Amino acid sequence: MKETIIIAGFGGQGVLSMGKILAYSGVMQDFEVTWMPSYGPEMRGGTANVTVVLSDSRISSPIASEFDSAIILNQQSLDKFESKVKPGGILIYDTNGITHAPTRTDINVYTIDAAAECARLGNAKMFNTMILGGYLKVKPVVKMENVMEGLKKSLPERAWKLLPQNEEAIRHGGEIIKKIR
Amino acid sequence: MADKEVKLMKGNEVIAHAAVRCGCDGYFGYPITPQSEVMETLMELEPWKTTGMVVLQAESEVSSINMVYGGAATGKKVMTSSSSPGVSLMSEGLSYIAASELPCLIVNCQRGGPGLGTIQPSQGDYFQACKGGGHGDYHLIVLAPASVQEMHDFVGLGFDLAFKYRNPAMILADGAIGQMMEKVVLAPQQPRRTKEELLAQCGEWATTGKGERTTQNICTSLELQSELMEKINERMQAKYREIEEKEARWEEIECDDADYIIVAFGSSARICSATVEMARKEGLKVGLLRPITLYPFPTKPLAALAERGVKGFLSVELNAGQMVEDVRLAVEGKAPVKHYGRMGGMMFNPQDVLDELKAKLVK
Repeated sequence: MKETIIIAGFGGQGVLSMGKILAYSGVMQDFEVTWMPSYGPEMRGGTANVTVVLSDSRISSPIASEFDSAIILNQQSLDKFESKVKPGGILIYDTNGITHAPTRTDINVYTIDAAAECARLGNAKMFNTMILGGYLKVKPVVKMENVMEGLKKSLPERAWKLLPQNEEAIRHGGEIIKKIR
Repeated sequence: MADKEVKLMKGNEVIAHAAVRCGCDGYFGYPITPQSEVMETLMELEPWKTTGMVVLQAESEVSSINMVYGGAATGKKVMTSSSSPGVSLMSEGLSYIAASELPCLIVNCQRGGPGLGTIQPSQGDYFQACKGGGHGDYHLIVLAPASVQEMHDFVGLGFDLAFKYRNPAMILADGAIGQMMEKVVLAPQQPRRTKEELLAQCGEWATTGKGERTTQNICTSLELQSELMEKINERMQAKYREIEEKEARWEEIECDDADYIIVAFGSSARICSATVEMARKEGLKVGLLRPITLYPFPTKPLAALAERGVKGFLSVELNAGQMVEDVRLAVEGKAPVKHYGRMGGMMFNPQDVLDELKAKLVK
């Protein structure tokens, strides 16, 4: 098993944290993991992205030419990474702010309206875990118990009171993700 | 496995943990991206409350390297970390420390240059690390980690080599290795050396107070009599020959039957190991030789591969072509040696390297 994922969006959307939760979940499942972020000026208001690799054997490169799955949270990232999804791979995007939808027909495309759903629920903080829940529904690479352990590991202790809310957001993300082709 | 502490950490964070755990006495540094997490993590760990290790933010890199110089002269296990422009500021101090034959550890988490450049990963400081940086005939022992685990392991190894040869050692990492997270197994906590242990290890040269000795230990790089200065140089050169003979380290991946060899270190080597997998799937016999020590450079295994009839070497670096010169010296014209690189903080991916290898070497 080897899964190479790119998560990309604006700085502040929780892109790097989502990658961190996924990476920690992989550790809990005894996978080898790499978490390679964009850092610096990109994080401060521009686009941010992180490449996470989960594998049951030694990971060669933490940097990839193409991805098994792409989780896309803004137009710039869609423009940049749509062509980098492997044929037969997965592209998940939040439709919020997307003006030019993906056009490829040789990949599996999903939408998740997490931004709108968070606005409706009045809780923007659960945005990234809701997206993660959508991804895990489509590609259950890690078991839910390990995701919850990974989430706990990646949060400081003072935030553990939010774990039940996040678990609910992950579950709800799985409900609202839609396959469009 | 229960006794092993497996953590998910950034390369920079691991440097801090490894320093505390190997019994380091002091860290002196000044923040600079992309390595600021080293001191940040040390400040969080507060080792002065546990092992007694000193962590101090100096007013500049010039100051921090001279604090390292002072600490090293007393036989203490001291270190600093910085990124490219900061290491340039330290170059004078490094030459003095090498000339005074003192052990210490420097971590350079390289960023794109020259000048202030960018904060993204680069390997543009190969020449600076391996061929000088400061003035005079000296060498640093240079280790190039390619994983977060090696960031951890090379702190202890760097100190061991530094004390073994009384010579500064450098971990030459880059922004990618410093910023990425991987699983790492942390070493158990070692106590700092006691005063007696320090005296037993360094008593012959360290400025620990005259005590029972009949003569003073003096650490200096100054010798105005040229005849004596030449002797000092000859002694240092003999030490470098010994290091070259005994301490070269490298990793070979699929080199045994390879027609083409990629030579790459650090984060580049990680990317190139995926290139080897891709090439092999296409039936192209490609291997990777990864220098683990950049000084001493693994000349012998490269010479042996050239001797065996490898058809070509590609030195893949995040720079304009620096290590490629050492590869050419090792290969001695027996096969073509080409270079592929990106600069200024840009990175290649495994496919880019494969395309370049085919274009430059495979006819």
